[in-house]
Amino acid sequence: MQLSTKHLLGIRDLQPSDIQLILDTTSQFKEVLQRPIKKVPTLRDVTIVNLFYESSTRTRISFELAEKRLSADTINFTTSGSSVSKGETLLDTVNNILSMKVDMVVLRHSASGAPHFLAKHVPAAIVNAGDGINEHPTQALLDAFSIREHLGEIKGKKVAIIGDIMHSRVALSNIYLLKKMGAEVTVAGPPTLIPKYMKEAFDVRVEYNLKKALEWCDVANVLRIQLERQNQVLFSSLREYSLAYGVTKKILDSLDKRIMIMHPGPINRGVELDSDVADSKQSVILQQVENGVAVRMAILYLLSGGKAE
Amino acid sequence: MKTILNAQQLAITLQRLSHQILENHIDLENTVLIGIQPRGIYVSDRIVEQIKRQVTAEKIQYGKLDITFYRDDVRQGLHTLNQTDIPFTIENKNVILIDDVLYTGRTIRAALDALLDFGRPSKVELCTLIDRRFSRQLPIQADYIGKSIDSIITQKVKVFWNEKDGRDEVSLL
Repeated sequence: MQLSTKHLLGIRDLQPSDIQLILDTTSQFKEVLQRPIKKVPTLRDVTIVNLFYESSTRTRISFELAEKRLSADTINFTTSGSSVSKGETLLDTVNNILSMKVDMVVLRHSASGAPHFLAKHVPAAIVNAGDGINEHPTQALLDAFSIREHLGEIKGKKVAIIGDIMHSRVALSNIYLLKKMGAEVTVAGPPTLIPKYMKEAFDVRVEYNLKKALEWCDVANVLRIQLERQNQVLFSSLREYSLAYGVTKKILDSLDKRIMIMHPGPINRGVELDSDVADSKQSVILQQVENGVAVRMAILYLLSGGKAE
Repeated sequence: MKTILNAQQLAITLQRLSHQILENHIDLENTVLIGIQPRGIYVSDRIVEQIKRQVTAEKIQYGKLDITFYRDDVRQGLHTLNQTDIPFTIENKNVILIDDVLYTGRTIRAALDALLDFGRPSKVELCTLIDRRFSRQLPIQADYIGKSIDSIITQKVKVFWNEKDGRDEVSLL
């Protein structure tokens, strides 16, 4: 039982059996996290570098905690105060770090494809912690684990992904994963934030009306409006976005069922998600964060020991 | 293939092991039973079944332990994970570890490490269905032994269980 891949670059490269294995392994690590001593010696001979070329709170802390809970040695690298500001290239930086006998690289980068590039040029196992507007595979896996935990299985479930589909790596990874695991997916948001040909390319439904999307789904994964990636004006104001696509308690109460609310964080409170929804029982946002550590432990464990080529 | 224990002998042996455990731990006072995943569970399930005839069910504290994360060969290929389920504290308890075959002792070494992450037991004992003598690589011995056998390294001891393999039998391959 091992993964069919040496790196975790994206959900696109995974087989359904890989996803199943990661989710099953996650359950075991979740149990470890409930123990009095939340730590196992499994990766004590492994050194992992966390390379974050882009800011992050949850993902970085979650990876670091996962590594520590597995007894791996960790090095944290952020661009500020490093040689990157002197103009060192990504490949040079990574090769220099690897020459100090580092086994795995966790990479977040603003350029789509950066981890794929590294995987081709360095011998270490690469874990993608988010690359540009391409993929964020660990987020999709923890979302899937949270869905499975709450609804029993992923197959046949209806998931609406709401918000900025165009710039969201979380959306893309989630779409790949949910389709591979047999769920139904609707993407919803303003037409300017949903790429053309979504339906043809990914076999997902496209919905421009928030209420209709919510009425259809079992799970709503509400995305963050990424203010840092809005260089063109794709909607007139945050207020307008919030009026048309903000998930509020009022709209949820008007549905005839109780849907599960997810959000990858950080939340723009009052924009895509109202505070009273984010903090309600319907929302599993903090459980998603909790599951994140277990999912990342499972991934690091599975990538560290396998002999797959 | 040589049969070491047939179904009837296996049943009698398991019964004896349960009685020996009860002899030393009357009413399982302050004592917990922990089976080692995956194949030790078949032994521990049977032993618990026997003990239930003597002791009221509420008094039996029975858990399952997976030792994959603690193995010393975890890097040499992935092992399938199993459920760990210890829904009680082992702090200051007598813990009886239960496994099917005691061979090199490395599994038990890992189990002892794993156990310590759940608390500090006052005493740990080991119950094994089959003890392969003279093949130990670590200084570990069992307190309750179903049957001791002398075997060479190229031989394999296989325990078959009705629940999984369709028959109860211990064989030397």
